[in-house]
Amino acid sequence: MLSIKNLHVSIADKPILKGINLQINAGEIHAIMGPNGSGKSTLAHVLSGKSGYTVTEGSVTYNTKNLLAMEAEIRAREGVFLAFQYPVEIPGVSNIYLLKAALNSIRKYQGQPEVDAMDFLTLVKEKVRLLDMDEKFLYRAVNEGFSGGEKKRNEILQMAILEPKLCIMDETDSGLDIDALKVVAQGVNSLRSPERSFIMVTHYQRLLDYIKPDFVHVLANGQIVKSGGADLALELEEKGYGWLEEQAAA
Amino acid sequence: MNTATASRYTAEYQTLAPTLPGQTLPWLKQLRCRALEKFSAHGFPSPREEEWRYTNVSAIEKKLFSPSLSLTTPPVDKVWLKGCQLEDAWSVVLVNGRFSAELSVLDGLPEAVSLMSMADALTASPAIAPLVEKYLGQAVNYSEHGFIAFNTAWFTDGLLLHVPAGQVLAKPVQLLHVVTQAETMATTRTIIIVGEMAEAKVIETFAGVDNSYLTAAVTEVFIDQNADLTLYKMQSESEKAYHFGGTYVKQGKDARFTHHNFALGGLLARSDILTDMDQASECELNGLYLGVKRQHIDSHTRINHLKPHAISREIYKGVLDDRARGVFQGRVIVAEDAQKTDSQMNNRNLLLSDNAEADTKPQLEIYADDVKCGHGVTVGQLDESSVFYLQSRCIDEETARNMLTFAFANEMVDKIRIKSLHDKVLEQVLLRFPQEGIEKSWL
Repeated sequence: MLSIKNLHVSIADKPILKGINLQINAGEIHAIMGPNGSGKSTLAHVLSGKSGYTVTEGSVTYNTKNLLAMEAEIRAREGVFLAFQYPVEIPGVSNIYLLKAALNSIRKYQGQPEVDAMDFLTLVKEKVRLLDMDEKFLYRAVNEGFSGGEKKRNEILQMAILEPKLCIMDETDSGLDIDALKVVAQGVNSLRSPERSFIMVTHYQRLLDYIKPDFVHVLANGQIVKSGGADLALELEEKGYGWLEEQAAA
Repeated sequence: MNTATASRYTAEYQTLAPTLPGQTLPWLKQLRCRALEKFSAHGFPSPREEEWRYTNVSAIEKKLFSPSLSLTTPPVDKVWLKGCQLEDAWSVVLVNGRFSAELSVLDGLPEAVSLMSMADALTASPAIAPLVEKYLGQAVNYSEHGFIAFNTAWFTDGLLLHVPAGQVLAKPVQLLHVVTQAETMATTRTIIIVGEMAEAKVIETFAGVDNSYLTAAVTEVFIDQNADLTLYKMQSESEKAYHFGGTYVKQGKDARFTHHNFALGGLLARSDILTDMDQASECELNGLYLGVKRQHIDSHTRINHLKPHAISREIYKGVLDDRARGVFQGRVIVAEDAQKTDSQMNNRNLLLSDNAEADTKPQLEIYADDVKCGHGVTVGQLDESSVFYLQSRCIDEETARNMLTFAFANEMVDKIRIKSLHDKVLEQVLLRFPQEGIEKSWL
């Protein structure tokens, strides 16, 4: 599904990613872990098309297409979804408006007619229940005045409705208490399918207790210094990142 | 100051004076004379006056607008008027500065409530005329500035709304000011009195023909103890028109005043919103100004915390495109006696073009020592992280920018609690900005 080859990325001439190689197949969950400043969020942003990053070398192929050549909205319509670490508040636009606009953008891109108003409402309400949210959320402005947990839940709601193929989750567990984390994890788990892949960028192992990854990669100083199975996360929890950074530097 | 203009108006005044209402009342005649003297000497406000620094009204001085002399209502395009009139409100209509009984809709107005033209109020019943004498000029003095003097000397009509103590109005009242003739001046004086424990919602709407004219409207508002008034101002004058509209408020103890100022029209438009707050009163000032082409829109507010424990909240937002200029001057004055004042003022401006300009000047003057006051100002472009957020949700960049611009303004529109007014304002707001990609039916 996604093939990252020798990816080098700079921000304002400062190299951040220094040769990332990563192969993600359909249905897999990959966790990207690493210390602060290792380039985890940069990787998530570059894949989703945020401006301000310069790719100096390497390629990213997404379902045989050159992902890096697409505008951010085209990537999204092609099924790449970024769940933000800090979801943006947009006063003046209601949640339901955004959901409808997003879903219809995808449908238009795929040559399908606009979603029927009743079907849309039924779909949205079903997902709202799934995420244990109040229906009133739909009519509030996007993320405005939401608590940290509510914002993250809202990201998962969008994900559930847009049904992306590749979900990139940037520090989804940060700022969540254990109850909110469980709800979010439950939402993600319900979206797991053989056709859908996940990249979970996280600093902590905690999230992985609830969403079990197939692979864990450790990013340090712009490179993947170690890859392994779910057990690697436990090892990191125990030993920290220091030993891997030392190994990489040696 | 242009006294040549002033003397032209003063010369005309002699012939027109007999047509002005209330000329048989000595107190009013005297008041008008004093105001005229003031105007003759000083003319319209000059940019040298601190509160008119950013707004030069010399374009108004170059013209000579004439008041409408006819006491009968001129022909008004009914379809157009219907577009301005709110269906679910009592609606009183002033055409070219004079009351029109035939266009007004007052069916079912409670008997205890007085709603009539200023001309009628001055001459009609023995109960009402003394009210006018008691209140006119009490919320604002003609010496405040040239437009008040001008209005006091020249008002051809206006409205009086008196909601007696304890009365809660079931429907909003719309005061609709329209101008149908080019080069006319519509100079009106309105008094709103909300008695103790009473509640009312009032909408002042300003609109006119696609031509040059001058609106100079002054509204004095008196909100008695523990009474509640929500006042909306919908200024959608023609884009060639000149507008001055002043709202001057006196709030009693525990009185609540909410103002929504939608400044959308006019080539040169200025609003004054001034309120004097008594103990534990509350006021909320919301404003939205949208400027396109060469519009100049000035919003001037002053909140006077005179007594302790009063709360004021103010947020004004501006969106300026093309060569438009927006001005916000907000003053909060906390008197020495006004301990425990709680005041927040905010002004946010969005510039959509390199040639657009926002001048903003928040001022806090605090003479008490135990208060909580804050203010904030921003002038800028759209937030790029919001644009990216929408793009990451499948929305193309142009639509994202249009949505965010609209949303910036819509935050203020969403505060309107009267459905029919909300829809009208929304329609006007949408007209002023690129709508590509915005689905109106989903809003």
